[in-house]
Order: sequence, then C-alpha cells, then structure tokens
Amino acid sequence: MEWETVIGLEIHAQLNTKSKIFSAAATQYGAQANSQACAVDLGLPGVLPVLNKEVVNKAIKFGLAVDAHINQRNVFDRKNYFYPDLPKGYQISQLDWPIVGEGEIEITLGDKTKVIGVTRAHLEEDAGKSIHDLYDDFTAVDLNRAGTPLLEIVSEPDMRSAKEAVAYAKKIHALVQYLEICDGNMQEGSFRCDANVSIRPMGQEKLGTRAELKNINSFKFLERAINLEVERQQDILEEGGEVAQETRLYDAVKHETRSMRSKEEANDYRYFPDPDLLPVEISDELMVQIKQELPELPQEKKARFITEFGLSEYDADVLTSQKPTADYFEKMIVNNADHAKLCANWIMGELSASLNKNQLELLDAPITADDLSLLVSRIGDDTISGKIAKDVFKAMWDGEGSADEIIEAKGLKQMTDTSAIEAIVDEIIANNQPQVEQFKSGNEKILGFFVGQAMKATQGKANPKLLNEMLRLKLG
Amino acid sequence: MSIHNKTIAQLSQGLKAGDFSSVELTQHYLDRINVSNLNAFITVTDELAMKQAQAADDKIAKGTGNILTGIPYAHKDIFCTNGVKTSAGSKMLDNFISPYDATVSHKLNQADLVMLGKANMDEFAMGSSNENSYFGDVKNPWNENKIPGGSSGGSAAAVAGRLAPFATGTDTGGSIRQPASLCGITGLKPTYGRVSRYGMIAYASSLDQAGPMTQTAQDAALVLNVMAGFDEKDSTSSERDVEDYTASLNDSIKGLTIGLPKEFFSEGLDDEVASQVMAAVKELETMGATIKEVSLPNSAYAIPTYYIVAPCECSSNLSRLDGVRYGYRCDDPKDLEDLYLRSRSEGFGEEVKRRIMIGAYALSAGYYDAYYLKAQKTRHLISEDFKKAFKDVDVIMGPVSPTTAFDLGSVKDPVSMYLADIYTLSANLAGLPGMSIPAGFSQNLPVGLQLIGNYWSESKLLNIAHQFQQQTDWHTQTPEEKG
Repeated sequence: MEWETVIGLEIHAQLNTKSKIFSAAATQYGAQANSQACAVDLGLPGVLPVLNKEVVNKAIKFGLAVDAHINQRNVFDRKNYFYPDLPKGYQISQLDWPIVGEGEIEITLGDKTKVIGVTRAHLEEDAGKSIHDLYDDFTAVDLNRAGTPLLEIVSEPDMRSAKEAVAYAKKIHALVQYLEICDGNMQEGSFRCDANVSIRPMGQEKLGTRAELKNINSFKFLERAINLEVERQQDILEEGGEVAQETRLYDAVKHETRSMRSKEEANDYRYFPDPDLLPVEISDELMVQIKQELPELPQEKKARFITEFGLSEYDADVLTSQKPTADYFEKMIVNNADHAKLCANWIMGELSASLNKNQLELLDAPITADDLSLLVSRIGDDTISGKIAKDVFKAMWDGEGSADEIIEAKGLKQMTDTSAIEAIVDEIIANNQPQVEQFKSGNEKILGFFVGQAMKATQGKANPKLLNEMLRLKLG
Repeated sequence: MSIHNKTIAQLSQGLKAGDFSSVELTQHYLDRINVSNLNAFITVTDELAMKQAQAADDKIAKGTGNILTGIPYAHKDIFCTNGVKTSAGSKMLDNFISPYDATVSHKLNQADLVMLGKANMDEFAMGSSNENSYFGDVKNPWNENKIPGGSSGGSAAAVAGRLAPFATGTDTGGSIRQPASLCGITGLKPTYGRVSRYGMIAYASSLDQAGPMTQTAQDAALVLNVMAGFDEKDSTSSERDVEDYTASLNDSIKGLTIGLPKEFFSEGLDDEVASQVMAAVKELETMGATIKEVSLPNSAYAIPTYYIVAPCECSSNLSRLDGVRYGYRCDDPKDLEDLYLRSRSEGFGEEVKRRIMIGAYALSAGYYDAYYLKAQKTRHLISEDFKKAFKDVDVIMGPVSPTTAFDLGSVKDPVSMYLADIYTLSANLAGLPGMSIPAGFSQNLPVGLQLIGNYWSESKLLNIAHQFQQQTDWHTQTPEEKG
C-alpha cells in the first residue's frame, strides 16, 4: 500500500529578552546552577508573576511576519502538573487565547513552493532542568532556565515529508533570527522542535493516529527522527497493528525513538486562567509601532538582492535563507558593489565549503566579511587571479594574515608588466616549435599548453588576460 | 484607662507626648501575650519587637517619626516576613523562614511599626473558626470555650484580648470581617486590588485581600493609609491613587442611603443577631440615614460559587508546596511520587486537602465547564446584582455572620461550617470593600454589623463606621470589663 506522511511541528523559540518572562532574573545561558533564579523563579510562597512587556512585542513581531491575526486581548493560563523542575507546580502558558492566531509561511523545496499554515503561537515560561546523572542517589535541579520566555509556534499538519518539515523548521528558524527575537541556537536549546507524525493510506482524508517526537535538537535529527517514525508506523500498520497515540523520545546516539508516555498516562493539566495576571491588552498604537519597526524579512531581502545586485533567483535564495549569511553578504558588498556576483560566489563556494569541512557555523568563521571583501577587491582590481585567490583564501583561513599581507609576503601579485610577459612568451615559443606548428595548422586546443607553460614559468602570477592576448599575437 | 485599651490614635499621642516609650508599650504587650491563654500567636518575635521599638523611640526623640511610629501590632502569619518563620498556620511551612518581606510587611516596617509576632490563623486561611491551625485552636477572648472566627482568628483575638493595638488580616471569603464580628472589633476588607498581595501566601488569588483589624474605624483608617497602594510586584494591584482615609471620617452621614438586602435577613439568621443588626441600622437612621430594601437575588449562589472558585485557585496555588525546595518533606521518600504523596498528605491538614481535592476535581477535563466556568458566570451575576443595588443606595448593610461565636469543636460537618460565610462571600466574589463593626451583644458575645460599599469607597465605609462609633460604645467594650 502507498502511504502518505502527515507532519505538524511544535517549535519552541526562546525569546532573547535580558530578563525572564515573569521576573527580573537574568536569562543568560550557562551561568552557575541556580544563580539566575530569584524568589519568583523559585516559586517561594507569596510571590507573584509580573509580565515582561518585551516578550509581548517580540511575539507580535513574529505574528506580523507570518501574516497572522494578533489577538489584541490574550490570556495567560496555568497548566498544572507536578515535576521537580517546575517550581510552582504549574507552568504559565496560553491556552484558549494565544497572542498569535492563524498565519502562514511559504517554504521552498527545489523549485517548488508550498504554503504551510501556522495554527497559533503562544507565550509561556520554560521549566528548569533536571540533571539525573550528577549524583548517584539524587536528581539535581537547576532553575536558571525556569521562567525563560518561550514562543511556542504550532503548525498545521501541512507537511508531507521529513524534507518539508525540515524546510519549514529552517524557515521559522531563519525568520526568528531575522526578527531578532531568538538567537536560534539549537545546541543551547534556544530553538527546539517537536514533531507530530502520522501516516495514512494515500487518498484517505481521515488522519492517522499520531505520535509526538520530542528531544530533537538539530535539523539533521529532525529529518532522521521523522523518517524513522514513518518507517516504524508503516511496519506496524502493514502487519495489521495499530499505532498508539503517544509521546516518543528521539535518541540521536542510538538512532531510535522510544515511548515516553501514552495517551492514557498523559496529564490532565487542569488549565484555568491565571488569576495573578491580568489579560494582556495590546493597543492599536503598539501594533502600528511594531509594524513600522519590523526589519526586512527574507522574502523582501531576496527580491532586493535580485533587483539591486542582479543576482540569480537561486543565489539570492541561498544568501537570504539564513540571516547570518545575508548579513555577511551585505557587509561584503559595502566595498564591492560592482562585484556582487563574485561576493556571492565566494560565500557559496570557498567559504561555505571550508565551513562544512570544519563543521563550523558562519558566525564562527575565522574569516570575517571584511577580510573576504578585501580578497574579492583584489581579484576585482586584477591584483591577483581567481586561482591565486584560492591560495590566499586558504592562508587567510589558517590565520596567516589579511589578503594584502599574504599577497605581499608570498609575492603573489599578478604579473601585469607586458614586456615581462612578452619575454616569457617569446622564450616559450622559441623552445616549443613543434607545438607552434600544430597551432598554426589549426589546433586551437594547443593554446592551453602555452598558457600552462607560461603560468609554470611565472608561478601562476601572469595576468591570464594579458597572457592570452600576447600568445595569440605572437603565435599569429 | 489601661494602656492596652487605648486606640492607636491615643497611643500615638501618648508616645509623642512622652507619657510612655515604645519600648515600654511593646514590653507591656509582650507581657500580656506571655500570660495569655488565647493562643493568638504562632510566633512571638520579642527580640525583634524590642529592637524595632528602640529604633522607633529614637525616631520619636528626634522628632522624625510619623503617626504610627512605635505602635505595636500582630501580623497574620500569612504575610512573609524576612528572617522570621512564616507558616500560614500549616505544618507544611512550620520550618519555613521567609527570605523576603511581603509588600505589606515592608510597608509596615517603613512606617516604623513594631511587630509583636505572627498571629495564628486557619491553615492557609481556610476556615471560619480557627480550628484548622496546625498550631492549635485560638480562643475567643469573650468566652474561651468559643471560637474566635476565622481565618484571621489569631488577629481578631489579639486585638479583642488587648494583646496588640491592631492586627493585620486577610479576607478571601470573610476572614477579616467574620472574626472581627465574633470578637467585637473593627475589621476592613478593602476593594480587591487596593492592598498588594505580593508576599501574602496565596489561598485564592482572585479573592484574597489584606486589611486592618482594629478597635476603631479611625484606627483602621490610619493603618489602611500605610497598607494600601499600587505595587509593581502585584499585577492585580490598582494604580489608583491612595486617599487619606482619615480625611472624611468626620463628615456627616446625613442623607446617606442604606440598602438592606432582603436575602441577608432570611432563614438561618439568629434572631438576636438580627435584632442587634437592625438596632444598629436604626441608630444610623436617627443620625440622618435613610433605609431602603434592596435585592441581591444571586447571593443565594454565593456559597456554591465561592466553594468552586476558591478551591480551584487554591488547588493550583498550593502545588508549589511539594516537599522539593522548602517546607515539609516526608522521611525517606522511596521515589518522586512517594515524596509528593507523603509530603503533601502529611504536611497539609484535612480542610486544606479537602479544598485541594474539590478544586482539582472541578478543574479536571470534562468538569471544567460545569463547575469552574459556571461559577465564573455566577460570580459575574453576583457582581451585577451589586452594581444594580449601588445605583439606588450608598452602602449595603446586614449581618456579618448568621450567629455569634459558637463552641469550639461544635461544628464538625464542613458544609455547616461553610454556611457561616453566607453573608461575607459576596463582597469577595464581587471584589467590593466590606467592613465589620461592633454593633451589640447577644448573650455576652459580640455581634457585628456588616457594611459593603461600592468599589474604592473605603473612605465612605470608614466615615460611616466612625460616625456610628461616635454615637455608640460597643467598640470600647472589652472582655475584661465584661468580667
């Protein structure tokens, strides 16, 4: 039987506020355990939450960016359950009246685009962390993360493959970074994905029973976990079994998912409106103000790159798909507006390859946008050839200095002195008469041989254009 | 007049005049607490009190004090007090030393008041008789076989027994007014949002409100001046400016229209209580007020509404008491579930567990609409009744409690106990200010008159109460003088 996969994602994006959503404690990652938990975060008797208005602004930004309805009156609820890293015994979240209502976002897969529905996005506080492997007989609790603001972005079950799910997740990931509302750091857990996966016979309208996959902290694992789950469900159904509605934990090391809790074991969260917090009222003025403050979004940037710099659709798409990449490009372009295509090629070519090889993020690249921009300028002004530039790039990557320093130190400056090139060409022609004859009898290809010889003699520094002209002139 | 029968206003004059020092005054009260049988205090903070009294005396000597500098008081043990045990009357918090001050505690400190100790109370403010305290029953100063009312029973007993010139209380369903009534003192529950709830251990967040418990309305005005005000740490506190509540105490009440809800004078109200309440209303009539009957038809649903809303909120509010970070933890838990189960089973008393169970049930999937949502709708209707009534009248009056103080241990059925709150719950559900003032006696036990005002009408209530107290002497009677 042919099966159709149906996927919906729940993304938790940590909002990058300085203080927590309901207290004044700092949100910095990696601080000493429990050093960033105040009385409110500890859930001491008598403490009360006070909403950090910044989170509201950031959530509105997101809502506007996905063309969503903003609920200008929205309500915080209590989600009640017991766990040691949940100090109050309830999480403050939003159930019936989330701040962001229905919206949508377009994804691109190859040359196809598809619109994915955003069901809602709501504000909530993060829990602390339970650390089970620190002591033999105890579980340790670190409440630094408790109260960190989260925007939970829930999609419609609109995705039909792991690849689509990854494309959607990446798109949201890029968007929250463009909006500067989330740092997007997946290793530190600032951006987390849960995937609801089900399958159904192709053509059937009714959705199959879904499993929720948790603990996925990279796009690579997201794709793997979904594919694994689809296979698991197919095996069950094809053997005549039934998929259980449950939450499954993805184990990236063992590459397996395992059941965490079934529907029957699921908590009854006893949601009700939090009486400690008034409903959030968003004024029309604030809406207008935030709309005006919205930065250029990926789609707009892409269009501008095409018209302003003459980039291809493909190049513009690659450069704008991640905010750091777009930022890098725009920085390079400041002094290289005439060589936009060259800048794009270097980012998508050498730089990207080196990052991949060394498993580095762009933000950690040893070559800054300004450094690379200088290198491109040196190609542009004929100081070096594109081929030599690759060697300079390598030296720059290894920390040997700036493009100019390396060109100078290694004497890589292109030979543009016509008489010097002429002398070399004359010598090569004199020493290679048989090849000269071949060229004269119509073998154009033999020109490459002369270029090679000349480059060898100049350690590749001869200006290729000048050299070609000179060779054609001399060979007649 | 014995020093402990003086009002705050009188004590303030005495301190300023140098008739006695705050240290002497404080020692006098501490001595009285020391020999008292009332069990009004969970913790007596004598060392701290003497230190605060000394600091107050220094200020008075320098002439830098305010009207309340050096006045001692009893602080209900529901307010967090930095460095002092804050138990909320529960075994669960018997070992809890608060690391911070509630906003109310902070304000009282700033006003140079002297804390004598932490007053006994029903566990987590749940109760109407103060028999639900882990630290034992509080006795009514008028008759030690009787209950003092609850949940601010220790506070009321301390003021009536002259163990403190005033006390703080909190009122979720009548917990200031009912014990004030049963102990013959003056108690004010302000409009919801007038006094910060920060640091006040939450029972039912949408209903809880702190207020003063005093001998007189004038004293209540003086204390409310300090307690009231916006607090950025409490999102539900009002930004509305605080008035000087003493400013209109002496206004005439001529032309005042008093509404008497017929529902407050029906079946279940003790005859003698009814006649004392009516006598007090008549007294106000002779002072120039007119009487009008009003109707609060939905007040009949106040008890079921309250006993859904309050338990729902408390079931969640008390979840943080899980034995993990502070408070009571059971011995040798074998796993996490055992830790939760036994810590909470052993740490909470019967009534608290009952309300947590009711609340958890009412909020459960499938029951939410039928209970919580319905209660919210009824709550709205109750508020609307008052809104309508206040179009015709300035203040609503009636009894506080259907009976006078009953015998300790005599009411065993929880529902019968809940019925004692029938006249006080509506003001909490609507968020309105309410007061209880002494209005007579029935068989040597005090009877209170309840005043319910429109939103933010504390000044009006205090004005009426003060004028009434200028014409009557119920509030000056003391158990000792009664002999």
